[in-house]
Amino acid sequence: MTATTTREGPTRTMDGLLNGVVMRITLRATMSRKRAILFALPAILLIGISALLTKTAQSPVWPPEVLGTVGLLIVALTALLVGGSVIGGEVEDGSIVHLLATPVSRRSVVLSKYAVAVALTWLFAAVPEYLAGAIAKGPGNSLAIGLLVGALAGAVVYNALFVLLSAAFSPGRALAGGLLYVLVWEGLLASLVPGVGLLSVQHYSLAIANAIAHNSALNANLTSGTAIGMAAAVTVVALVLAVNRLAVFSVKGDVA
Amino acid sequence: MTSIELRGVSRWYGNVVAVNDVTMTIGPGVTGLLGPNGAGKTTILHMIAGFLAPSRGDVTVAGRASWRNPGMFRQVGLVPERDSVYAFLTGREFVAATARLHRLVDPDGAARRAIELLEMTDAQDRKVATYSKGMRQRIKVAAALVHDPEVVLLDEPFNGMDPRQRLHMMDVLHAEAEQGRVIVFSSHILEEVERLSGTIQVIVGGRLAASGDFRAIRRLMTNRPHLFTVRSSDDRALAAALIGRPSVNAVELTPHGLQVRASDYGTFTREVAGITRDHGIRLLQVSPADESLESVFTYLLAA
Repeated sequence: MTATTTREGPTRTMDGLLNGVVMRITLRATMSRKRAILFALPAILLIGISALLTKTAQSPVWPPEVLGTVGLLIVALTALLVGGSVIGGEVEDGSIVHLLATPVSRRSVVLSKYAVAVALTWLFAAVPEYLAGAIAKGPGNSLAIGLLVGALAGAVVYNALFVLLSAAFSPGRALAGGLLYVLVWEGLLASLVPGVGLLSVQHYSLAIANAIAHNSALNANLTSGTAIGMAAAVTVVALVLAVNRLAVFSVKGDVA
Repeated sequence: MTSIELRGVSRWYGNVVAVNDVTMTIGPGVTGLLGPNGAGKTTILHMIAGFLAPSRGDVTVAGRASWRNPGMFRQVGLVPERDSVYAFLTGREFVAATARLHRLVDPDGAARRAIELLEMTDAQDRKVATYSKGMRQRIKVAAALVHDPEVVLLDEPFNGMDPRQRLHMMDVLHAEAEQGRVIVFSSHILEEVERLSGTIQVIVGGRLAASGDFRAIRRLMTNRPHLFTVRSSDDRALAAALIGRPSVNAVELTPHGLQVRASDYGTFTREVAGITRDHGIRLLQVSPADESLESVFTYLLAA
């Protein structure tokens, strides 16, 4: 073109880590095709169950038990759907090439997409978890707040794991791997085999929730310090690996 | 002066060699990567764009290795073959978003100019999902040109375009090249390359089969022996008449007509109608038996 284009000089702001354009495109891609309805359904179900049990349940111990299991499972599955699609979907259809064929750093691409996935998981799973707790126990109750903080933390870690899975494997394998982790590793093994909880995001969430709610039904056999330390370590390692994976992103060429 | 260098570049997938020891330098102007499907053109373009690591050798753009170097895209625009533009964006949103990713000072102005250049202004506010294949190609090119790159890489850019769109795209790319840019495009269609590029790199079976001025290579192609299938009202009489001509090397009588090996493509095709008329024979069919690109390339490779 004849007109010259000039570039803004580099600015050392959040732009180095998060890119607003990447985030907006990711948000629109994730929420297109009426997916908001799909994401909202489990949340509506959870709030409905909470409202129903609040009116009908005889036992007073159901809130931590139900919201600590079903509620956190919804956090995990929402993160699997959202975190697994923010990079995996674009890798699958090839549209990620348009982002990667720009000078935006791969780290910024991964972190921007990850941030959107975390925010959507908070919206569609952590906030409903709080609402369900608030319906059962009241808005300022420590259980509702503990579950909210636990779910917020869980969304941070789960999404890092699932973003990594989707950057490293095909969408089918990433989904299968994520489901195995959530349903078998966390759902089955973590409650049966001592020590497995150390590598369970659900247990980190429960331990963090318990640190606020002080409710024995949320006991994860982890101290809150261990849970926070492990959650932070897993998140950082998963994101570093995801950035490295995208840095060597390859398009398969033609083979004679 | 910006240039692309490949030195001893190979790329293999397991036991399959996609690109085999290719060395080439591509400077300003339009260069066509020509070759049959599966020849390795796309693999070479992906290595130049840094989307594939060479298994051996070096690929540099403007003196720097392209692999793991996203900063390169300040000077490079890429038009991938895959039809994968974000369908939920409008054409204008897509090009402007690309301009913002390049951190241009006036992204909307740059997007408007690029869209005008590709004659997509009328369709710019429609979602990409509603675009035809040719329109998607053009909006991808607009996005690739939005930051005025020194190097433009286009993978099969004319796929899905109608003839008018092709001509216009060729004009655009010529104009870009005249400003000193390095324009590299891949194609498996000889005529596209002929119209567009002065320099070609012919890739066959992962190897660089020919390199240089298009017209010189085209002469090499057209002056070689060609095989034709000819059917007429009297094949035997026609065979006798043809074998006496200098432009014909051999004639074989088959149940399906004559197989004629002509020494010179141009002379034979000009003469054949006159010969049949002079002998009172009715000509039913003249078709090149080996005019596919593959046979041309096989010949080039053997030459």
